[in-house]
Amino acid sequence: MFAVMSVSDSDEELYNERTALVPAQNPAVPSYRPDPELSPTEDSDSKMVPPEDEEEEPLKYGAKHVIMLFVPVTLCMAVVVATIKSVSFYSEKTTQQLIYTPFSEDTPDVGRRLLHSVLNTAIMISVIVVMTVLLVVLYKYRCYKFIHGWLILSSLMLLFWFSFMYLGEVFRTYNVAVDYPTVAMVIWNFGAVGMLCIHWKGPLQLQQAYLIVISALMALVFIKYLPEWSTWVILGAISVYDLVAVLSPKGPLRMLVETAQERNEPIFPALIYSSAMMWTVTMANPADGQRSGTGGVKLGLGDFIFYSVLVGKAAATGGDWNTTLACFVAILIGLCLTLLLLAIFRKALPALPISIAFGLIFYFSTDFLVQPFMDNLANHQFYI
Amino acid sequence: MTAAVFFGCTFIAFGPAVSLFLFTIAREPLRVIFLIAGAFFWLVSLLMASLVWFISVQISNKESVSQQKGLLIFGVVLSVLLQETFPASASSHHTDSILLSGLGFGFMSGAFSVVNILADSVGPGTVGIHGDSQHYFLSSAFMTMAIILLHMFWGIIFFDGCEKQRWLAVAAVVASHLLVSCLTFQNPQYVSSLVPTYVVMFFMGVWAFYTAGGSLRNLKLCLTCKDKDFLLANHRPR
Repeated sequence: MFAVMSVSDSDEELYNERTALVPAQNPAVPSYRPDPELSPTEDSDSKMVPPEDEEEEPLKYGAKHVIMLFVPVTLCMAVVVATIKSVSFYSEKTTQQLIYTPFSEDTPDVGRRLLHSVLNTAIMISVIVVMTVLLVVLYKYRCYKFIHGWLILSSLMLLFWFSFMYLGEVFRTYNVAVDYPTVAMVIWNFGAVGMLCIHWKGPLQLQQAYLIVISALMALVFIKYLPEWSTWVILGAISVYDLVAVLSPKGPLRMLVETAQERNEPIFPALIYSSAMMWTVTMANPADGQRSGTGGVKLGLGDFIFYSVLVGKAAATGGDWNTTLACFVAILIGLCLTLLLLAIFRKALPALPISIAFGLIFYFSTDFLVQPFMDNLANHQFYI
Repeated sequence: MTAAVFFGCTFIAFGPAVSLFLFTIAREPLRVIFLIAGAFFWLVSLLMASLVWFISVQISNKESVSQQKGLLIFGVVLSVLLQETFPASASSHHTDSILLSGLGFGFMSGAFSVVNILADSVGPGTVGIHGDSQHYFLSSAFMTMAIILLHMFWGIIFFDGCEKQRWLAVAAVVASHLLVSCLTFQNPQYVSSLVPTYVVMFFMGVWAFYTAGGSLRNLKLCLTCKDKDFLLANHRPR
């Protein structure tokens, strides 16, 4: 799923993809008969375990996958929160807005502000829907070159332009004077290696690191340019959209995942975080594919981005760490529950709804209820 | 307030807990999940207590300082009681989960108590400029460390008591939790709140050690590196 975004004057394209969580082993689809060599790698794990622990083994195996996603999600959120708390640029009030959220929230009237945020959300979600449908149509009709070109353009912009802006703001915050040739070399190397890792080949961990970084950059841009109330409404609306798009039979994301599985191709590596190595793109016969020791779970980059937007916005508004911590724990628990459901249902699931729901509930309740209580307790140094 | 205060207080408050995490929990994914689940349940119990407190404040007289303080005390007691009912209702056959939810409770409780204070300690300011105690940060850090460790000990004793139907142990846990919270009402007379808290922590620690299957012999083996299994890391149900 793509969302096109514009920042103030220039018309730049970004991608913001969100597919669902996909289990490591692609479930059998009627048109494709699974090869016996593609039996799940759990067997190789359980062979090394003594019999009495067998019932614990799936639990531990599942737990490993949960942690394989906890770590990158935590890292992404940590980068976003650290940036928000130190670089004031990303939490400053700005009059610039994206063209996708044209209605300003500057009015003192509550009803009007709510109306504007709902309208902003409607526009943003429709843009996202259109982009997703466009992507699915292009994928179905095998316009791979167009999609790859689009993805390359978007990641070019993220890796070069946004990271240059980010670096500039960090230097400005810490009052570090750096000359242009140094910056040019740093950005060139960073961006070029990133493009290679994401779109071609590279060490898995480097690719994962780059995906985390671009998700964080994207989340920071959203946090800066989306007005406050619109952010919350958009988060809620996009969770509902995610639910519909992944689970309903005609949902665009479901069609994307199913088409990819039918053709036995991985979904574009630029859009998905993969916790373990999967088959290389260039293989023809599944049996030839190289597999790493254990299959991994995949999470769409859009999920990273919106989790980080929630936590980052919690950190930016109010300046209170309790709220940030509460949202962080809520999102992790939501992710855990989603992965549990994934293990039960063994098909692509939306990763946003549960986590964002928990995150929103905990944000608002901590901000309004827990925060005054804890403030009062801290004043008197009471401990609970 | 300097970086020294910040780092010092952070390490005092979270040092033991983080080292416990690194040595016993970080390697096992399932334990990490239980830890975070524990933190989550503590948050939920805090949320409910805050809701009750918030409602009671709204209907009370906001001008009266003593009434507000009384309501706060009520909130503290309610929160402690709620915290104890949560682990009781979460039943699990997995002994690991019990120890870890206690630590998860501790982490979250400590974090919520002290993170804002630590964040403030990095910024500019003068401690106690209006005549309050100058040892605010240090005492908060020590209190937090005690609370985190206490939560873990309470978790162990509480679940062992629930499992073996030793209701005296359960009642002792609840009572000591209430005691420790009520001791903090005496802040800023830190001597009368910190010292008894540490005494309680020591006793609870010894009790939890014996409950978890420790003994002087095990301790000696462990300290002289003759015992390959660290006691808590490989706790097996009897």
